[in-house]
Amino acid sequence: MNSLDEIRVRLAPWREKLAATLAKRPGRKQHFATDSGLDVDTVYTPLDNGNREYLNDLGLPGEFPYTRGVQPNMYRGRLWTMRQYAGFGTAAETNERFKYLLQQGQTGLSVAFDLPTQIGYDSDHPLALGEVGKVGVAIDSLADMETLFAGIPLDQVSTSMTINAPAAILLAMYIAVAEKQGVPAAKLNGTVQNDILKEYVARGTYIFPPAPSMRLVTDVFSYCSRELPNWNTISISGYHIREAGSTAAQEIAFTLANGIAYVQAAVSCGLPVDQFAPRLSFFFNAHLNFFEEVAKFRAARRLWARVMRERFGARDPRSLMLRFHTQTAGCTLTAQQPDTNIMRVAFQALSAVLGGTQSLHTNSRDEALALPSEESVLIALRTQQVIAYETGVADTVDPLGGSYYVESLTDRLEAAAREYIAKIDALGGSTGAIEYMQKEIHQAAYRYQKDIETGDKVVVGLNKFTMPPVPVKGLLKVDPAVQEKETAKLAALRAGRDNAAVRQALAELKTAAAGPENLMPHFLAGARAYATLGEMCDVLREVFGEYRQQVMF
Amino acid sequence: MPDKIRVLVAKPGLDGHDRGAKVIAQALRDAGMEVVYTGLRQTPAQIVNAALQEDVRVIGLSSLSGAHLPLFKAVTDLLKEKGATDIKVVGGGIIPEEDVPELKAAGVAAIFTPGTTTTEVVDFIRRLAEEKDDSSPQTKPPLQVEG
Repeated sequence: MNSLDEIRVRLAPWREKLAATLAKRPGRKQHFATDSGLDVDTVYTPLDNGNREYLNDLGLPGEFPYTRGVQPNMYRGRLWTMRQYAGFGTAAETNERFKYLLQQGQTGLSVAFDLPTQIGYDSDHPLALGEVGKVGVAIDSLADMETLFAGIPLDQVSTSMTINAPAAILLAMYIAVAEKQGVPAAKLNGTVQNDILKEYVARGTYIFPPAPSMRLVTDVFSYCSRELPNWNTISISGYHIREAGSTAAQEIAFTLANGIAYVQAAVSCGLPVDQFAPRLSFFFNAHLNFFEEVAKFRAARRLWARVMRERFGARDPRSLMLRFHTQTAGCTLTAQQPDTNIMRVAFQALSAVLGGTQSLHTNSRDEALALPSEESVLIALRTQQVIAYETGVADTVDPLGGSYYVESLTDRLEAAAREYIAKIDALGGSTGAIEYMQKEIHQAAYRYQKDIETGDKVVVGLNKFTMPPVPVKGLLKVDPAVQEKETAKLAALRAGRDNAAVRQALAELKTAAAGPENLMPHFLAGARAYATLGEMCDVLREVFGEYRQQVMF
Repeated sequence: MPDKIRVLVAKPGLDGHDRGAKVIAQALRDAGMEVVYTGLRQTPAQIVNAALQEDVRVIGLSSLSGAHLPLFKAVTDLLKEKGATDIKVVGGGIIPEEDVPELKAAGVAAIFTPGTTTTEVVDFIRRLAEEKDDSSPQTKPPLQVEG
C-alpha cells in the first residue's frame, strides 16, 4: 500500500502539470464550489482523509456513529417507504387519491392538510377565505377524518401527517378513527410532523407562542411513549428550511439545533431521554448538488448520533439513530419546460437513496404550476420504482462510502454544521435564534437568486437552453366551491351533534390547558364528541395567546 | 433628486411561503426603493390600510397557496372603495396562466410567475410608479406619513 508521503510526493509534480494544462486551456470555471459554497478541488485522494478513522467516523452500517446507515443491511432487507404527499379539496376526494396511490404500489400514506386546518381554523372562518382545500385536504372534525380514511385499514398502512401547531389534535382524531375501525392505538404506525420550531423559522403555520407550543410537542412525546409505541412523535424538518433558501450546511445545523431544543424540552419535563428519543424522526430536502446532498444525509446522521451521546447521554442505540424522510426540492422545479423537472427529481431522489433515506417523496413535474395531476404523480412514483428495482443502487449499503470526495464533503458539512450549532447555542438555543436563522436563510436565498440572474448558476430551460413557452394542459384545479361545501357540512355537524357533550369537553380542555397536565386525553375527548379543530384551537388561543412574527425588514 | 418609490410587499391569506416576497423586497430596496414588508397572514383590509398609512405607490402581493383570486381581488376592490386606485397592484406566486386575465380585469397591473428575474420586477415597478394616473379622477391626494 502506498504511504501518504508517497502520494504527496507524486501529487506535487502532478499539480504543476495540471497548472500548465490550465494555463493553455482554462477550466470551465475559475472556481468550483458546491451549492453551500464548499470548495471543490480537481480531484480527491487519500490525502483528503485527514484524521478520519474508519471505526470512529464511519463505522459499520447499523452501528455508531451510523454514518453508513441506520440498519446493518439497509435496502437489502426492505426498500425505503415510497410515500407521496397528497391532499386537496374534500376528504372524499383525497380518500380517492390515497386509494389510487396504494393501488399503484405506494407503500405509505402522507396527508397534506389545507392551510386553515394547519393553522387551526374551521373552513367557515373568515381568515380561511380562498384557502379551503387548496394546498391540502380540509379537515374540520372527526367526521372528515373518518371520510379521509374510509376503506383504508389503519393497522395495515403507515400514515404521515404534515401537521404542526395543532398536531396533537389531529393525532387525537386519527386515534379516534382507528378506534372506530376497531384498531387499538398501540397498533398504529406513522408520523406527525409536530415540528413547531421550523414553523417560526421557515414554514409559517404557527399558532401559539413558543413556550405553550413546546408543551404541546412534549405532551405528544410523553403520551405516545405510553400509548403509541410505534408512532414517530415528530419529524424534525430541514425540508422547509432548505426550501426557504438555506444551504445544505444550514439545513443540517438548523434542523439538528431544533432537534436539540426538543430533546432538551422533554428532558426538562422529566422524561428520560431513552424513553422518547427512539421515536424522533427527521425530514430532509434532496436538492440538486448531487454529492453534497449524499454527504449531507451522512453528515447529519453522524452528527446527531454524536450529539445524542455527548449532550444527552443517550444509551439506547435507537435514540442515536437519525431516521429520516426525504422530499425532492420543490424550489428547483421550473415552470419553463416542466418535463425537464422529471430528470431533476430523479437525480434528487437518487441522492436520497444513496444517502440512506427511510422514506421518500418524489415531486411531480408540474408543481411549479399547480398541485400535481394524477398523471404527473404517477411518473414521480414510477421514478422511485425504477431506482429501487432497476438500477441496482439498493443492493449494497452506502455504495458511495469511502469515496474520497464524498467523505471529504461529509467531514466538511459536519464541521460547518457544528459551527452554526455553536452560534445558536450562544443565542440560547433555537427558540432564541429564530431571527438569526431567518436572516441566514434569507441571505443564502438572495445569493442563490442573484447567481441565477447573473448566469453563474445555470438552470436548464430558465437561463440557458430556453424555448418559447408552451401552455401546459391537464393541470389540477381545486373546485372553488369546496369552501361552500365544507361550510354546509360544518353547519350540519354543529346542528346534529350532542352540543352539551362538546361544551363539556371544551370546558375541560380549557381547565387542563391552564394547568400542567397532558392535553392528549382532552383532545381525544373533544375529537370523540365531534368538537371541531377550530373550536379546540380557539380554546387554546384563549389560554395560550397567539404568536406574532417578528418582521425583519 | 426625485422621491424614492415606496412599495408595500405583502403576504395576503394564510400562505407561509415568504422566500420570494423577501427576495423581491430586498431587490427593490437594492434598486433604491423604500420597501415595507408586512410579514405573513395579512388580511386584504390590513394590507390596504398599511398601503395608505405608508403612502406607497405600489403594492406587491405574493401568494403560493392558490388563494390569489379572492385575495388579490379583495385588495383591488378595497382600493377602489377607498378611492385609492392611484396605488398600483402587482402580484406573484404560483398562479396559473388562466387566472391572469381575471386578475388583470380586477386591476392587477402584472402577475409575475416562477422564473421571473428580480430585474424584470424592478424595471416594471419603476415604470408603473412613474405612470401618470389618469384612470381615476376621483383619487384623493395620498396621505402624509408622519415621522
